[in-house]
Amino acid sequence: MAETPLLRIAGLVKHFPLGGGLLTAPRGWVQAVNDVSFAVHRGESFGLVGESGCGKTTVGRMVLGLIPPTRGRIEFDGQAIHELSRREFGRMRRRMQIIFQDPYSSLDPRMTVERIVTEPLLAGRRPPRAERRRVAAELLDQVGLRAVDLDKYPHEFSGGQRQRIGIARALCARPQLIVADEPVSALDVSIQAQVINLLQDLQQEFGLSYIFISHDLSVVEHVCNRIAVMYLGSIVELASAADFSRCPRHPYTAALLAAMPLPDPHRRAAAPAMEGDVPSPIDPPAGCPFHPRCRLAFDRCPIEKPPLVPAADGHLVACWLNEGRGLE
Amino acid sequence: MTDRLLSIEDLSVAFHTPEGTARAVDRVSFDLNKGETLGLVGESGCGKSVTSLSILGLIPSPPGAIDSGRIRFEGRNLLELDPEDLRGLRGRDIAMIFQEPMTSLNPVLAIGRQVAEPLMVHRGLGREAALDQAAEWLDRVRIPAARRRLADYPHQLSGGMRQRVMIAMAMVCRPKLLIADEPTTALDVSIQAQILALMLELKNEMGMALLLITHNLGVVAQMASRVVVMYAGQVVEEARTVDLFDRPFHPYTQGLLRSMPRLGARPGGGRRRLNEIPGMVPAITETMAGCRFAPRCLHAFDRCRADAPELFAVRDGQRARCWLQPYPQRRRSDG
Repeated sequence: MAETPLLRIAGLVKHFPLGGGLLTAPRGWVQAVNDVSFAVHRGESFGLVGESGCGKTTVGRMVLGLIPPTRGRIEFDGQAIHELSRREFGRMRRRMQIIFQDPYSSLDPRMTVERIVTEPLLAGRRPPRAERRRVAAELLDQVGLRAVDLDKYPHEFSGGQRQRIGIARALCARPQLIVADEPVSALDVSIQAQVINLLQDLQQEFGLSYIFISHDLSVVEHVCNRIAVMYLGSIVELASAADFSRCPRHPYTAALLAAMPLPDPHRRAAAPAMEGDVPSPIDPPAGCPFHPRCRLAFDRCPIEKPPLVPAADGHLVACWLNEGRGLE
Repeated sequence: MTDRLLSIEDLSVAFHTPEGTARAVDRVSFDLNKGETLGLVGESGCGKSVTSLSILGLIPSPPGAIDSGRIRFEGRNLLELDPEDLRGLRGRDIAMIFQEPMTSLNPVLAIGRQVAEPLMVHRGLGREAALDQAAEWLDRVRIPAARRRLADYPHQLSGGMRQRVMIAMAMVCRPKLLIADEPTTALDVSIQAQILALMLELKNEMGMALLLITHNLGVVAQMASRVVVMYAGQVVEEARTVDLFDRPFHPYTQGLLRSMPRLGARPGGGRRRLNEIPGMVPAITETMAGCRFAPRCLHAFDRCRADAPELFAVRDGQRARCWLQPYPQRRRSDG
């Protein structure tokens, strides 16, 4: 752990204005991300899990510079991103790539596969045509597609193959970090396994780091080394994959795990572990964001927001139970 | 035999398009008993949704056409019913809920009206009485302050709340059969758990049968008492849920179960590759000799590529469309 992490984010905040226009003030703010901090090490897969609206995608987009943070610091390879010039950031940005959820809308339907996967090359010096084709063929080979696919268009491929094209495009610039935002959620079970295995093989081969964003806890647990659980814009728990399902410390993590329908008819769930909906991020609850749905909440929870602090070795939790150590 | 509610016999549905004929459902048969929950599982394009839409006569025609088969509901063949009688059945004896409640609710009608409508149409209730019952049902599916929500429009509700409205709408006439097509796929897991629990509770209370269509094997394991697995338009395996998960027979079912990551499966945190099913689902426009799964099957032998297997009995209550059937020992040694 002595080396600088590949990515370090500290106190990241994002508030989106609600309504309002050129001359009118916004009616309020969507507090999408509230004070999020974590580090991603080299070669590590870092999971961000949570339900819709928890802010996991917004964190991923801020890391890539696709949306500016309201506050906070993002360091990539030891350099603070906001201190870089446009040009320097452009160079750094190529070392981080993204894979999207929907392999249907994330590929330009009018481009050939060759053009799609080598597009990141065009950001720098334009490579000669033959070079571009050679690189494209190599990329397709790495993701399990064939060179004969180079001149085809996205509609000629299945969902799983399209996701492979998206992965090839992400690999083109030889990135160190890939933000994978629900990369297998749109795929059928049998294809999901193929793509997950491919992502893991590529990680080994190229020493990639992943930020793996997903709502599917079993996929995240399978892929990641460490997992951060987000709720209403905050990280409520951060644990190793091994501790994540075995000894969750935050009541939300525990409830989320209990809500997963297990593929085991001998272990049928009793009553649902969580009642109600996630509150609106426009007007989040005071104190712990989870307290209105938490069965273990006590008088301190609605008043003070618990900080994310170590409860055990490498295991952080934001919960007032057991003097801030969460569930035990 | 007296407790049989629905029998699908030899159902074939094709879509005739300029690109060719897609055999979406190919000689599908299964039964559903009164009060039973049957899971219909498979991946996209396997024909599970087309099968369920056929029951209600909702296949768009053209291009769709039911080429053969019978769908018996309480003894009557729904495919021979005149449209008027079928409409009478739909929403009263058989109700359906879909994946995306936003597209199946009318965006310009208040939810109270939408839940009350089946009561006015099928039970002949007046507006006031129907709205009154609608409020009771909204309360029953745990919509907070239900009576005040009657005038709300679908866009004012969260995804989970909309699905609750859909359930209320489906339940008002106390159907004998509820068809739920991916009812929780668009929802977050905590909401999914709530909706599944609600469906189970209502089902037990009212004794209705549930045909649950899903790609999620976890949902099936939690909900169904029997499961039908479909692949490329055909039923490939049918079993009691416990048997399907403990002793899956068809290599496709085995492959599906093994390809899923499972929570807590690697306690040491060590890396493990998932079992893949190689290749992909064949296009249903292709005519194939032999078993449709053979090109992806690790156990396929000559016969699989030449002859299409029938559904063979594997053990009591379990059937599989697989030539390995006479050689269970062989499968065990490969596993």
